[in-house]
Amino acid sequence: MNGVVKLLGVAAIGTGLCLGMTAPPAEANEGKRTDIVMGVTLEPPHLDPTAGAAAAIDEIVYANVFEGLTRINESGQVKAGLAERWVIEDDGLTYRFILREGVTFHDGATLEASDVKFSLERAMAEDSVNAQKALFSAIASVDVVDDRTVIIRLSRKEGQFLWNLGWGDAVIVDPASADTNKTNPVGTGPFKLDTWVRGATLTLTENPAYWGTKPALNKVTFQFIKDPAAQVVALLAGDIDAVANINAPEMVARFQADGRFAVDVGTTEGETILSINHRRAPWNDVRVRRAIQHAIDRNAIIAGAMFGFGTPIGSHFAPHSPAYLDLTEQGLYDPEKAKALLAEAGVKSGTKAVIKLPPPTYARRGGEIIAAQLKAVGIELEIVPVEWGQWLAEVFKAPHDFDFTIVSHTEPLDIGIYARDDYYFGYDNPAFKELMKTVEETSNPAERYALYREAQQMLADEAVNGFLFQLAKIGVRRKEISGLWMNAPVQANDLTKVHWE
Amino acid sequence: MLPMLSHRLAGLAGTLFAASLITFFALEVLPGDAAQILLGTEARDDTLAAMRAQLGIDRPMAERYVDWVLGLLTGDLGTSQIYGIPVADMVRDRLAISLPLAGMAFLLTVLIAMPIGILAAAGRGGPADFLAMGFAQIGLAIPNFWFGILLVLLFAVKLGWVSTGGFPGWSDNPFNALGALFLPALALALSEAAILSRVVRGALLETLGEDYIRTARAKGVSSSAVIARHALRNAMIPISTIMGLQFAFLVAGSIVIENVFYLPGLGRLLIQSIFQRDLIVVRDLVLMFAGIVVLVNFAVDLIYNAIDPRARVQR
Repeated sequence: MNGVVKLLGVAAIGTGLCLGMTAPPAEANEGKRTDIVMGVTLEPPHLDPTAGAAAAIDEIVYANVFEGLTRINESGQVKAGLAERWVIEDDGLTYRFILREGVTFHDGATLEASDVKFSLERAMAEDSVNAQKALFSAIASVDVVDDRTVIIRLSRKEGQFLWNLGWGDAVIVDPASADTNKTNPVGTGPFKLDTWVRGATLTLTENPAYWGTKPALNKVTFQFIKDPAAQVVALLAGDIDAVANINAPEMVARFQADGRFAVDVGTTEGETILSINHRRAPWNDVRVRRAIQHAIDRNAIIAGAMFGFGTPIGSHFAPHSPAYLDLTEQGLYDPEKAKALLAEAGVKSGTKAVIKLPPPTYARRGGEIIAAQLKAVGIELEIVPVEWGQWLAEVFKAPHDFDFTIVSHTEPLDIGIYARDDYYFGYDNPAFKELMKTVEETSNPAERYALYREAQQMLADEAVNGFLFQLAKIGVRRKEISGLWMNAPVQANDLTKVHWE
Repeated sequence: MLPMLSHRLAGLAGTLFAASLITFFALEVLPGDAAQILLGTEARDDTLAAMRAQLGIDRPMAERYVDWVLGLLTGDLGTSQIYGIPVADMVRDRLAISLPLAGMAFLLTVLIAMPIGILAAAGRGGPADFLAMGFAQIGLAIPNFWFGILLVLLFAVKLGWVSTGGFPGWSDNPFNALGALFLPALALALSEAAILSRVVRGALLETLGEDYIRTARAKGVSSSAVIARHALRNAMIPISTIMGLQFAFLVAGSIVIENVFYLPGLGRLLIQSIFQRDLIVVRDLVLMFAGIVVLVNFAVDLIYNAIDPRARVQR
């Protein structure tokens, strides 16, 4: 139903545009604007990034309201955050962080080393509700040396520790306000919460006491618009200035042709895959999985489901990463080969299976195409649309009741999920687990990259899942706006560098 | 009148009690875990358990049911698990949009449907009837979200008279707020008016065939007076029944239009709460909708009594 509604809605827009409708001229503005209205698809449930996984939370607060010891920038690099600098001892286990001077929280409290200790220990605690508790699992102790110095000792080497500290889940909070951050977030960032009209808008205003460079904007309004067709018309009418990631790839050409807008097609960390349940026969047979990879025409899926936006992938790794290995040639579309492999494995034509599709467009539309492609080689899929709650309960959690599903794994650098015991697709390979353990203990970048490439090769050889494409980030903005992120190494709308030309 | 009132009140209480049981236990078996939805796929089992404890959903089912009902009886709708704010506040803010929207859509429905239905019945088989029923066919055939988008394209994108959606709130300028609700109300009213105009036409045609109409005509009452004074009044009983159903639907059933115009109404709150498994909000809302339907039916009964003396005698 929803899909139909959306398609018809977009068709309605198409019709309107064909009728030659044009928008009224934008109001002439004296001087440059210092506010922005961002259209966002999902409203966050609350605003505490240390107590929820919803990308919608980080999309509002990351870098804007809350900051961590380090931060991740647009190109995915780790930069200094609240820690001005750090020293790693030769043992690779002891990190000494020096905090910036004169940092205050929005309620006036001063940032001290004890706040860092509090924040990290809170995230690691037994009753912690931090969605990414694993980020902190290597920490053995956090000690305050003086007001501006913290020493973190690790129990094992963690090559990515500084990156981990840059996540939204690792931001530094004040003990006095930590428990009320859900509704009244108190951070150290350049913006603070002004108003939140639930279901409608959320407004941030500048924090005059900010320690760093003041942003050009002094007011940011997030307008929650779930319907992609409504996002499109709101942009056309000038009611919103930009959408960081528009969910209507079919409308991109319309914006590209309109002189008032600019379209930025960037990358995300979302490896979109056809997950295969290894717990069930015949999918536990590598020949069958290879057959599936050969039956899938990635380009047809990208063209049909995403209107051409998305980069094909041959393993579980982001193409923009320096450690990427292009393996798309390995499982090329070849239905005849697929049929031969299936016959060899004894899978009869007409074998039935269930594919459960969560709500996003890539899954629902991609699932239809994959069903057609697998049908061509003799596997008949029953399509079962599910909402997220159901997906988590039935597919992700035991008893893992599915044969196939399509999902985009949006965590950065998440190839490690293939080493997990009892992960939902049930891949169990001791050699891969060993490899991931070695990666974790390696901090030399060149060595790490080599290990990651080896891991990608292993997953492609075993055709663990159907590797489809890297999800694109399609941003549409008024062309006078600059400074929005082109890529999304983390799910964030960092507005600190945004300004109007 | 009084016995009917107490009878009705007992019915209301019974309905709400049954609805509370059904909505509570039906939602218990819904697959999905609020803690997991909130914390996502990376959360560890101990984190999930801590979150469940924080949300209070780890307690026994019966205990939670009793807590909920006792809270309702003392006027406490509880606290949203996900948003962490009182449900009463959320519902109040959403009602401030959904009720006026439903009211405006209902008013437009009646204003459009009554004249069309009457004209069609009066000119049965003629060009007016043909046009009116043509409108009804089209109105029924056009999905309201599509009509809504067309309205937005014309009035917001092309002409720039109104914004494409959203709601400015009542505190600034009530006229702006009314303006923001006008297009969604019109989009909602189209198909409702199409339904109602057919009902009006049908009900009128039925009464126009009655003996007393022939008598009135025979004694020389003009055709318009026959319709206004005799036929319409009698036809109002089926018409008001449908109107009552339509109003109840408009309060709860405008989810799609709320999405098109990104209005923070009750429908969107309900859907969002279901997806997030914010079950206390879902339960409060379902119960409230049940209450609204019962109250609207009660109001329709009162209207019967007012327009038809026979209904008073029979009770």
